[in-house]
Amino acid sequence: MPDTLLFAMEAAANGLTAGVMYALVALGFVLIFKASGIFNFSQGVMALFAALTLVGLQSGQIPFAHLINAIFGTRLHYFGFTLPTLAAIAGTVVVMIVFAWLVERYIFRHLVNQEPIILFMATIGLAYFLEGLGDLMWGAEVKRLDVGIPQGMSLAVDETTFNWFGYGFYMDTLELWAALIAAILVGALVVFSQYTKQGRALRAVADDHQAALSVGISLRFIWVLVWSLAGIVALVAGMMWGAKSGVQFSLSLIALKALPVLILGGFTSIPGAIVGGLIIGVGEKLFDFFMGPLIGGATENWFAYMLALVFLLFRPQGLFGEKIIERV
Amino acid sequence: MKMTRLTAALAVTMTAAAPAIAESLFFPNMSYRTGPFAAGGIPFADGYADYFTLINERDGGIGGVPIRYSECETAYNTERGVECYQALRGENPLVLQPLSTGITYQIIPRAARDEIPIHSMGYGRTSAVNGEVFNWTFNYPANYWDGASVIINYLLDENEGSLDDKKIVLLYHNSAYGREPIPTLTRLSERLGYELLTIGVDSPGQEQGSQWLQIRRERPDYVIMWGWGVMNSTAVQEAANIRFPMENFIGVWWSGSQQDVLPAGMGADGYKALAMHGTGTDYPVYDDLQEYVYDRGLAAGTGDEVGTVLYSRGMYAAMLAVEAARTAQEIHGVANITPAMMRDGMANLVITEERMAELGLPDFGPPFEVSCQNHGGSGQAMIQQWDASAQEWNLITDWIEPDRELIMEMVMEDSLAFAAENDIEPACLN
Repeated sequence: MPDTLLFAMEAAANGLTAGVMYALVALGFVLIFKASGIFNFSQGVMALFAALTLVGLQSGQIPFAHLINAIFGTRLHYFGFTLPTLAAIAGTVVVMIVFAWLVERYIFRHLVNQEPIILFMATIGLAYFLEGLGDLMWGAEVKRLDVGIPQGMSLAVDETTFNWFGYGFYMDTLELWAALIAAILVGALVVFSQYTKQGRALRAVADDHQAALSVGISLRFIWVLVWSLAGIVALVAGMMWGAKSGVQFSLSLIALKALPVLILGGFTSIPGAIVGGLIIGVGEKLFDFFMGPLIGGATENWFAYMLALVFLLFRPQGLFGEKIIERV
Repeated sequence: MKMTRLTAALAVTMTAAAPAIAESLFFPNMSYRTGPFAAGGIPFADGYADYFTLINERDGGIGGVPIRYSECETAYNTERGVECYQALRGENPLVLQPLSTGITYQIIPRAARDEIPIHSMGYGRTSAVNGEVFNWTFNYPANYWDGASVIINYLLDENEGSLDDKKIVLLYHNSAYGREPIPTLTRLSERLGYELLTIGVDSPGQEQGSQWLQIRRERPDYVIMWGWGVMNSTAVQEAANIRFPMENFIGVWWSGSQQDVLPAGMGADGYKALAMHGTGTDYPVYDDLQEYVYDRGLAAGTGDEVGTVLYSRGMYAAMLAVEAARTAQEIHGVANITPAMMRDGMANLVITEERMAELGLPDFGPPFEVSCQNHGGSGQAMIQQWDASAQEWNLITDWIEPDRELIMEMVMEDSLAFAAENDIEPACLN
């Protein structure tokens, strides 16, 4: 097999796992948009906040220590004990649920029936508030996140592909784990929405707010539920991206990677987020492989948006999105 | 009548307030404590602020005139940096420290018009070394082209004086900053016979899968990195993932702080980077900082960044600003200097080993002299290596000289082209 083909196959395989990482971020957007029609600008910052909270709980960091020290002249930083990873994850889930409740109670309850652009603007404000809160609570320094997921070259993939092709493919073990976790997450979301009462209520609200309200479904409860789910998805995304390059404030920018995925997959489809992620991941890796050396490289960021733009021209609702027909 | 009284009252107030403003030396900092690059901006700003606080608390200011310090938040964003410049220019700042190559490029012509000195220490426009073209911009003690040349000289030393048939990859931040070393490395490759491959990473650089697959395929002997922020930690992690020998991976001084290596854990062990100054708290100046700043609760930060690479860099930048202000006071015989006088102080700055020892920073930075013609300092740098077990950077070389002949040749080409484009007649101001 020619080397170029082998290298292209390796790039495509890496694109698939990178695409899953993008899809993890996109899933959070989809959940909230589907249930409430809100494009949640703060989803990236939620991933950052969840990751900061996870590391903070894991390492026994005292929240708001900098503020406490500045006011009272103390030198507090850590409680002196650390939490096991699972306990820290559980604690973070609780924090994200409380956050969802606060968002519903203090922001969206007051914005019911407002125009989508107003709701979108509210999420922009929320993003800046949450970023500042994260800084105040946990500090701005770069933190190492270790949740026990192995990183580095997958020896199994290397050996297998070497036996098949005489060339060992590189794949990051962390990204393979991310693919597995994403599959479990999507499976759990599907089971939840198909087979539980709350899940069916969520789908009913997603289909028609008015009809759902008329049969007694609490819109407020659904909003808390869906923001909690988005918070949990943000935690998973923050965990994976944070383990990859450390937990730092640029983590919030992973949201930029999700936008082309959403345009491709559709804003209302969970499978669409996954398929969109895979297409973007493979597309950008192959484009960079073939065209990068000719045009100076660094094509990944803009290529994803260019691909999304092409899709917009031919299928504005995305691959799996609902076609919106408005009659006048 | 009412208007006249109001005007008179205002005039009296302003006259009374004027000496308070005038009798201070204003050193603003265009810092970034928020945004995606805050992790690098905070320790620099803390080091910069703490040194000025030390001078105020211990010495009562510079030449008896207290320092007035303030920060303007740029979030490492060029537009916000320019807004900061506009806000600060009317307050007679003695020197501006933009802390961003993008911002520096934008404010160089403005600052020249407004006669405000810029100190872009180890960043910014490299050809600002030519003081006859860039009268108001200084980039001592070293610049990007020096850094690239120092790395190549180090590699020459490692390879018994020959890089023939070696393959070197430059992994760069796809920005004005990241592209700065390309001309130097290209010229040196033609001269020394190594193959240069440049690979760009789009900002912020969290996803580098394609780049490291390419590096894995190309099997280079060395990878040089020109990164910032999350790009650095991601690259170090990716290098560890593909099992690239870390001792053959060398970053510029903006890719060599604790933040860049800690996220990769033991995987970062052996990674190297340029150092334009010493690091750690093993310098006598820290005794004074402890007594006059930290113990009095006057530190700018929380204390956990003290002695880190970027804190040290901020402190070094402030120290150089204070020394330039002292020089300006000596030249002009006045304590309350203006930005134009500060420029003279910067253009005549002499840093000796003895002076560094007096300041409590022996062997912390290289000795150098600035002149009207040469704003670039010595250009020397050391190589440091990360010890992941001890979680510390260790200096593994002495000061390494850059290829100054080549660099000055390139500086002259670039700066004279800039002068021609902007109708500047190269000349010294004093």
